[in-house]
Amino acid sequence: MININSKILLEVHDLHATVGGIEILKGVNLTVKSGEIHAIMGLNGSGKSTFSKVLAGHPDYEITRGTLLFDGQDLSALAPEERAQAGIFLAFQYPVEIPGVANDHFLRLAYNTVQGKRGKEELDPLEFDDFVREKMKLLKMNPDFLDRSVNEGFSGGEKKRNEILQMALLEPRLALLDETDSGLDIDALRIVANGINQLSGKDNAMILVTHYQRLLDYIVPDFVHVMEAGRIIRTSGKELAQALETHGYDWIHANDQVAGAQP
Amino acid sequence: MSAALQHLVNQPYKHGFVTDIEADIAPKGLNEDIIRLISSKKNEPEWLLAFRLEAYRKWLDMVEPAWQNVKYPKIDFQDISYYSAPKPKKKLASMDEVDPELLRTFEKLGVPMHERAALAGVAVDVIFDSVSVATTYKEKLAEVGIIFCSISEAVHKYPELIKQYLGTVVPPGDNYYAALNSAVFTDGSFCFIPRGVKCPMDLSTYFRINTEESGQFERTLIIAEAGASVSYLEGCTAPRFDTNQLHAAVVELVALDDADIKYSTVQNWYAGDENGVGGIYNFVTKRGLAKGRNSRISWTQVETGSAITWKYPSCILRGENSVGEFYSVAVTNHHQQADTGTKMIHIGPNTRSTIVSKGISAGQSNSSYRGLVRIAPTARNARNYSQCDSMLIGSQCGAHTFPYIQVQNSSAQVEHEASTSKIGEDQLFYFAQRGIGAEEAVSMIINGFCKEVFQQLPLEFAVEATKLLSFKLEGSVG
Repeated sequence: MININSKILLEVHDLHATVGGIEILKGVNLTVKSGEIHAIMGLNGSGKSTFSKVLAGHPDYEITRGTLLFDGQDLSALAPEERAQAGIFLAFQYPVEIPGVANDHFLRLAYNTVQGKRGKEELDPLEFDDFVREKMKLLKMNPDFLDRSVNEGFSGGEKKRNEILQMALLEPRLALLDETDSGLDIDALRIVANGINQLSGKDNAMILVTHYQRLLDYIVPDFVHVMEAGRIIRTSGKELAQALETHGYDWIHANDQVAGAQP
Repeated sequence: MSAALQHLVNQPYKHGFVTDIEADIAPKGLNEDIIRLISSKKNEPEWLLAFRLEAYRKWLDMVEPAWQNVKYPKIDFQDISYYSAPKPKKKLASMDEVDPELLRTFEKLGVPMHERAALAGVAVDVIFDSVSVATTYKEKLAEVGIIFCSISEAVHKYPELIKQYLGTVVPPGDNYYAALNSAVFTDGSFCFIPRGVKCPMDLSTYFRINTEESGQFERTLIIAEAGASVSYLEGCTAPRFDTNQLHAAVVELVALDDADIKYSTVQNWYAGDENGVGGIYNFVTKRGLAKGRNSRISWTQVETGSAITWKYPSCILRGENSVGEFYSVAVTNHHQQADTGTKMIHIGPNTRSTIVSKGISAGQSNSSYRGLVRIAPTARNARNYSQCDSMLIGSQCGAHTFPYIQVQNSSAQVEHEASTSKIGEDQLFYFAQRGIGAEEAVSMIINGFCKEVFQQLPLEFAVEATKLLSFKLEGSVG
């Protein structure tokens, strides 16, 4: 929700970033305040997934220009794990499988590491088990999840739910949801979206990166940005997403020409 | 490989110090006179000298094996000293009279030589270069009839047992290094568990190489009579030298009816530096004979050290219903090479074997699994399950699997599974994004990968192995 008095959480200014020497982000500007939900839409290759990876600190991406402030702190000086500890969470488009590592061990280590860094109480295995089972109900997850290896052999929907479960455990201040809707059937989409909505509050913010409008039927954004060729080229309210759905991404340019034709 | 990964695998070796102790070292070189010298220094009976000389003559006719997937310069066997013993100040009457320098050395290595300070309930035989310097809990074990002492002592005190069993599982001419060992072995552990006795504590041998020019050739013999059981642990370290030291051991296990021998090794010999200079050549023959009905022999090894590892702890399953197991984790880093695996020879009917091998390679190292499963015509209904998994860290290392399967009885069931995986940047980033740094991530992935093997280790060893692996791989990820 938009509140003029909310504090600024993320400030991105003229952000340029490369991967393997190729520039993908070419001057992104974005301000996100606490309590807000932003959607970044765009075609494949527009740079929207890169943007979320750069925010999370993926080592393959290099910032070549611009600034990236999180809660007033220069993010580029922090290692990926420090960013996570500071409250940035990335729900992956393709969650990685980690054979041999039990999900409950992984979740507990992540939870306790982050809690410890934030000066909060850590949980022993028994306490954590109760805690995580409670959170799993939110996402209608089968308790078997805990004994399986992290993401190994999970269906697309199970992987995405596991991501949102981690978000529920780690209580991020800024959540980046990268194509969370992709690969979900309608029931799973509803459960995941419902989970996300319950986690959204006035003290945190979310950036939904998505190709389609359909996630936005369930999670209503305060702002919709359109990204193209490494820049945000249009920002508006939620109606922009609907217009894109109806007219397609080309419509933005058609619109531009019309707008440009006027004196 | 990212910087964090690099940093993670490149931790220094912490057991690399040298103890300054006066040693009685034989002149370099190998000939019959040296063998006679070793035998006379140990005051050995004539039959043992004959055993050695026969082995030596066989060795002379043998050719150094070259089939293994490792590379090293030719070893000059005349440039090695075959005997090195710390000079005792006087004849030892008890543990309290052990040279304090030696006590300090083993204290530094975490090996308990004082019974009161002992690692809860483990009896230890300590081998320093060529000789056994101390054995703990001997008296307590003797109360239940267990013999646990150095093999030199056993030769004098229990010659009949030694004569009956020595060389029966690994004959003197078995292979090049076993023949060499049979000719020049200097000490080792002997363990005899009489009929029906379950050994009340874990038995353990700790091997330390200290002298730069000497090789270590120890010989271990463990016998479990009918219904007996024992869990045996072996640990080893060496100082860091720029030269390579040869360690060519022979271990023989014999399990009679219903007997159970579990042999666990955590091998942490000096592995050479990050450029591959120095380190131990670990060329070892380990074999167990499951001789009796329902007997069981289980090998568990965690191989982290040595410049080159060449060993195949094996089981000969002769007794009906006998069981052989091999659980292995082999970690190589930098320029280390490992060619290791097992042989399961099924002879008796209804024999079963399980092989679980986990190879982890980092740096520019090379790790090979080599295993043989042979089902003899007599082995009705024999079963084997093998699983060989490899994990690669970084892009310059190698993992290889060489399974040999020979089935001569159509009722056999033999299964082989293999997999290769990689600790990738994406996995590490996933952990990092959840607040977990690279070191913890790697240790979690590795422990997950090795879980089935670590579960087989006695508790203290499992803890040590876990620590050792994290330590070993620290700096390799990144």
